[in-house]
Amino acid sequence: MMSTAAAASPVKAVTRSRLFWPAVVLAVLLAANLAFTPDFFAVRLQGGHLYGSLIDILHFGAPLILVSLGMTLVIATGGIDLSVGSTVAISGALACLHISESTDPGSLATVLTAAGIALGTALLLGAVNGLLVAKVGVQPIIATLILMVAGRGVAQLITDGQIITVTSDPYKLIGGGYWLTMPFAILLSALVVLATVLLTRSTALGLLLESVGGNPVASRLVGIRAMRLVALVYVFSALCAALAGLMVSSNVSAADGNNAGLWIELDAILAVVLGGTSLNGGRFSIGGTVLGALIIQTLSTTVYTIGIPPETTLVFKAFVVIVVCLIQSPAFRAKLAARGARARRTARPHAAAPTTNREVGA
Amino acid sequence: MNAHALLTRLRGQVPLLVTAVLLVSMFSVGSVQYDGFFSGQVVLNLLIDNAFLLVVAVGMTFVVLTGGIDLSVGAVVALSTMVSAWLVEQHGWPPLLVIPLVLLMGTAGGWLMGWIIHVFEIQPFIVTLAGMFLARGLCYTISVESISITDPQYTAMAQTRIPLGDLFVSPSALIALLVVAAGFVVLHYTRLGRNVYALGGSEQSALLMGLPVQRTKTTVYAISGFCSALGGVLLTFYMLSGYGLHAVGLELDAIAAVVIGGTLLTGGSGYLLGTLLGVLVLGLIQTVISFQGTLSSWWTRIVIGALLFVFIVLQRLITARRR
Repeated sequence: MMSTAAAASPVKAVTRSRLFWPAVVLAVLLAANLAFTPDFFAVRLQGGHLYGSLIDILHFGAPLILVSLGMTLVIATGGIDLSVGSTVAISGALACLHISESTDPGSLATVLTAAGIALGTALLLGAVNGLLVAKVGVQPIIATLILMVAGRGVAQLITDGQIITVTSDPYKLIGGGYWLTMPFAILLSALVVLATVLLTRSTALGLLLESVGGNPVASRLVGIRAMRLVALVYVFSALCAALAGLMVSSNVSAADGNNAGLWIELDAILAVVLGGTSLNGGRFSIGGTVLGALIIQTLSTTVYTIGIPPETTLVFKAFVVIVVCLIQSPAFRAKLAARGARARRTARPHAAAPTTNREVGA
Repeated sequence: MNAHALLTRLRGQVPLLVTAVLLVSMFSVGSVQYDGFFSGQVVLNLLIDNAFLLVVAVGMTFVVLTGGIDLSVGAVVALSTMVSAWLVEQHGWPPLLVIPLVLLMGTAGGWLMGWIIHVFEIQPFIVTLAGMFLARGLCYTISVESISITDPQYTAMAQTRIPLGDLFVSPSALIALLVVAAGFVVLHYTRLGRNVYALGGSEQSALLMGLPVQRTKTTVYAISGFCSALGGVLLTFYMLSGYGLHAVGLELDAIAAVVIGGTLLTGGSGYLLGTLLGVLVLGLIQTVISFQGTLSSWWTRIVIGALLFVFIVLQRLITARRR
């Protein structure tokens, strides 16, 4: 059905693409900025570094892209990970603590050890989440809620309630430095995104994840080790969050156990939903998620440049979430289609195209 | 046969018993360890300081019993404080008009969320997440700053102490207890209460039995919205201000209280009085930490997280064995 539609009309193929609407929203948002800042799209090279609003959006959006990436795979299996914000805080706190306590904070070895400690801890946290969801069988939202509650406390325990500041050039590079004229954070997140796309789409892994999300029981019956896969995505999500935590803390050269990564889990869920990944699990789009994260970051940038109080973006986000969820809801589409069909039946009997439900085993 | 039936009945009570034992042992250890801990006033202070949490947790119990979840409660509490402060302070409305209005607003918001959840079959947590965004965002559209309340009726409510012999309670604590009593009656002695349990047990069966699934579902979210708004009013009495950052993370505390109180997160099984115990346990953790003096406030979060972990695993073990 899809292929015949695509052959019949290339325009329809583009508008039917899962990435079409997120891309349109992003383009409209970017264009709207042009009205307020005429040189919004200007990117200039200054002292070997690229500068410009677009680069800023990518730069500050990099941690969100990483967190959303992990969240995408978790949601693809029908789960959710609320603990990413706490993981961001814990990872930044651990890395900064190690660097500030070391004798040689500027050396590469110290920074690598710090990153290793942070990522290793995240591995452990992700494994606990994965175990709770896959082995013990707790609902994902509740299982990760535990770490979300306790994690903030742990992060504050690590930093002793203070903000740890560090001065370390190699560490500064991760979130605030430049490499090959581009901010290093952009390159790093692009690399992770690329690796994930290759891993999920060039191997069967992506398909297996979607099948587990679509119908866990059927997947187990055809011989997919659903339990192991589900546990794996929580580990991956925690690792992505830890990397984002390193970026956030490195960008400001400080670890704040209280505020680092606050509400990022909500932004990440929003990015994933905006990108067209269904919260019911069973299908995912990494490209869509990246677009979704960029939309959110552009929105934040826009709100700042226009001068609206930044907190009111929450109202906008609420409406976006509800509209996107309504569009994704089969019940809503069925009601809409029924109404549309009734209207069209009077005019043209055969024109009422049924809205195909393309979700796998929903 | 009877012994077996008794055992299966008891197994469902295990989390509740554990909570009760925990509460008593925490209080005993506190009394032995710290001077002045063993007093009726410490217990009453638990109620005074956690009155708003108790009210919110009652609403959350209804929602969790149907197998749903309401993440918007903290934000609705904040919005209620904000709207109250805004109308009373900046527009000079009488509190007696503002309070019913706020309660109506919370109820309507909850009802709307329940309606969307049922009619469009969207997961409760995403709808209430949107509600959370919306309510917090609306707080900030009113004001980014905190609005303090100087209205005499509000300050009177905040300062009133009702003496009980040598001890005292606040009006808020009494209101909270009234809400618990009302919730208990509704849940255990009315048709709505039976429907809530039936819905949580199996929505499909409830539907096939001809129970009003839609009405029950919208009602529980409306109840939760009402309780959140009432919690907001009580918090306004307690804090004497309206602020968009009030009650951040309250939804987690409320869920934790419900879980620790022995209500199954999958719905269909639990007690409202368990939630009361859950709130008291959370309050006692804070009290112990403040009595200890050397422990920092973040230990509260860690301990609550650890308790949540233990109780959720316990729930799983019990339900797994039952099948």
